[in-house]
Amino acid sequence: MSSIMVSRIRQKQIAQMVASGKRLDGRGLNDYRPIKVETGIIEKAEGSSRVLLGKTEVVVGVKVEIGEPFPDRPNEGVFTVNSEFVPLASPEFEAGPPSEESIELARVVDRGIRESKAIDLEKLCLIPGRKVYVIFIDIYVLNHDGNLIDASSLAALAALLNTKIPVYIVEENEVKKTNNYIPLPIRNYPISITLANISDKLIVDPWLEEEEAMSARLTITFDNDGRISAIQKGGTGALTPQQIIEAAYIAKEKAEELRKMVVKN
Amino acid sequence: MSEKIRLINEDGLRVDGRRPRDLRSIKMEVGVLSNADGSAYIEQGRNKILAAVYGPREVHPRHLALPDRALLRCRYHMAPFSVEERKSPAPSRREIELSKVIKEALEPAIFLEKFPRTSIDIFIEVLQADGGTRCAGTTVAALALADAGIPMRDLVVACAAGKVDGVLVLDLNDIEDKEGEADVPVAYMPNLGLISLLQMDGSLTIEEFNQALNLAIEGCKQIYNLQREALRARYVTIKEDVEECLR
Amino acid sequence: MFFFENRQVVTPGDLLAEGDYIAGNNTYKEGSKIYASRLGLVEYGEKVVQVVALNTFYIPSVGDQVIGKIEDVNINGWVVNINSPYKATLRASEALNKPYRQQKDDLTRFLDVGDLIFAKIIAFDRTIDPVLTIKEPGLGKITQGQIVKVSPAKIPRIIGRKASMINMLKRETECKITVGQNGIILISGPSPEHERLAIMAIEKIAQEAHTSGLTDRITEMIRKEKGARNERKDQVNK
Repeated sequence: MSSIMVSRIRQKQIAQMVASGKRLDGRGLNDYRPIKVETGIIEKAEGSSRVLLGKTEVVVGVKVEIGEPFPDRPNEGVFTVNSEFVPLASPEFEAGPPSEESIELARVVDRGIRESKAIDLEKLCLIPGRKVYVIFIDIYVLNHDGNLIDASSLAALAALLNTKIPVYIVEENEVKKTNNYIPLPIRNYPISITLANISDKLIVDPWLEEEEAMSARLTITFDNDGRISAIQKGGTGALTPQQIIEAAYIAKEKAEELRKMVVKN
Repeated sequence: MSEKIRLINEDGLRVDGRRPRDLRSIKMEVGVLSNADGSAYIEQGRNKILAAVYGPREVHPRHLALPDRALLRCRYHMAPFSVEERKSPAPSRREIELSKVIKEALEPAIFLEKFPRTSIDIFIEVLQADGGTRCAGTTVAALALADAGIPMRDLVVACAAGKVDGVLVLDLNDIEDKEGEADVPVAYMPNLGLISLLQMDGSLTIEEFNQALNLAIEGCKQIYNLQREALRARYVTIKEDVEECLR
Repeated sequence: MFFFENRQVVTPGDLLAEGDYIAGNNTYKEGSKIYASRLGLVEYGEKVVQVVALNTFYIPSVGDQVIGKIEDVNINGWVVNINSPYKATLRASEALNKPYRQQKDDLTRFLDVGDLIFAKIIAFDRTIDPVLTIKEPGLGKITQGQIVKVSPAKIPRIIGRKASMINMLKRETECKITVGQNGIILISGPSPEHERLAIMAIEKIAQEAHTSGLTDRITEMIRKEKGARNERKDQVNK
């Protein structure tokens, strides 16, 4: 995901610092940038959040509708994740159909939620085979300063935890909306942790310039029970099997830390 | 679909009769298309995948050319008739993600810096799909690159491992991928010992993931031997022509 | 130490040698290990380890003589296809002996799209496309003959050690054979049959470039074919 061209001298600086265990912004190899999470910022959405990860800014809105279930899963609600790399977020983003990076990001966040069964989809069924809740999770990247995946994934979880769905009652095989709302049933809290490979060292939460200097990145999503729900290697480099397992252990620890910022209990 | 399918039976065999660590039967052929600079074909189980490489060649559109290396582009695409329910020919979000992921799997192996301001275009067409197409697609694309004479640091070979019915398995087919507990596709550069594609979806502990990763690498090594054979066979066919003429 | 036998087939990534050797064609070195970068036959020399590749494409080199086809004409000259990832330019000043007057001269009168030229590469690097000249003796527009295309990796075999193969071909087929380093060869002979014989021989050499005893085999093949043709001619004349 390349944005502003980083000069060769800068890339060398970054690589040298990382090789000696430090980063340009003073962070340790395993430190995240300051994270700020706000929820309920878009009242017209059923759920919403805003995450600042350093200067990376992502807003997620959740909209809830009623629709048909998938034919092979008649008793489950449906959810879909979409992401927009809004042109104002970076000089590299253009208006138009989603780029491959944007599509990849949406699918990785989706995987984390889906495989960890974070949303209790069976509780979202109203009339089996006919009417279920449909949850739209829309990721809106507002400023790209690196590590969009973790910021988006965190924001998506925060927004889901903030989401209230309208209660429907089933009357004569039709659904009727009431004025009551209940929280969206969430039973797992997937957290994505992204590491970058620079100078054969792994660093957590790469910012924009580090992303330019990195050869490969690895995103690992952990659920509440310390199980992996999703993994995605990105970038044009390669990793050793040892680096991958080492990354998994680091990510597991960081996931527990980050989860506390979103899940308050 | 309320009954859960048994993916491993009482004898420990999988739905297609394989044992957990068995690969599907694989057939590869190199140099199958006359127009492409390099091409190859693979059958793995019921997967049938064709790959073609054009390049290095002039970049179109011009403004995409990179000053210091070749531009690598990859298109993974499934034919409408390749799956049970006809698939629309328009690229789906999945195909776009896989195109990106496969390109990133092959890129570290290619000496792109040798050909500035050119493009190398890889086309992967899935004619029939039965699970593990991104892995078979990566494997056959690497053969096409070698066939095109594009200099590479290493071949790239890919294979998936995963968990079905609690058992660690190698080379998941479509049903196992859909109904199993986890799928871990891996692309590997066998001489350099590096992993260039890694994804996972499902639910695994780190330990289970480690086992799956190692099993996938074992599968890659086996498939790599078949890749080498397929490339060497290019010479044998020429040798046979020579012998024909000498008669 | 060597890990293969001489002339064994190797594939990209194969570890060929370890030690104090030089990485030759189609190989690369990492530390003290030499790996193959292309499919081909490994050749272990005294100091150099290289791979004779099965298939390559032409990357221009300054000084190479190449055969190209005019693809486009513009204000300053022509765009030439030299069977390479890079398109070449031939400026009017490198083609015409008299000064070129932009407004008055029509370049297509000298060379038009589709014409073939035998040219020399006078400039090429990582930042510019190859630049050609046809002003030297022996270069210029090609007016007759037939073209055969081979993989540039085969050109050295077609020329042969001390030009032995190419001289034999010229002699046996009675054709003028001009070899472009870019894998394009021009054959011009007393008759189309002579030219076809030469083309057949060249294509065969390209296919069997990696085998031994090739010169003799090709000589024999040409003579057999000439004999067969003479027989057919005699039969027709009866």
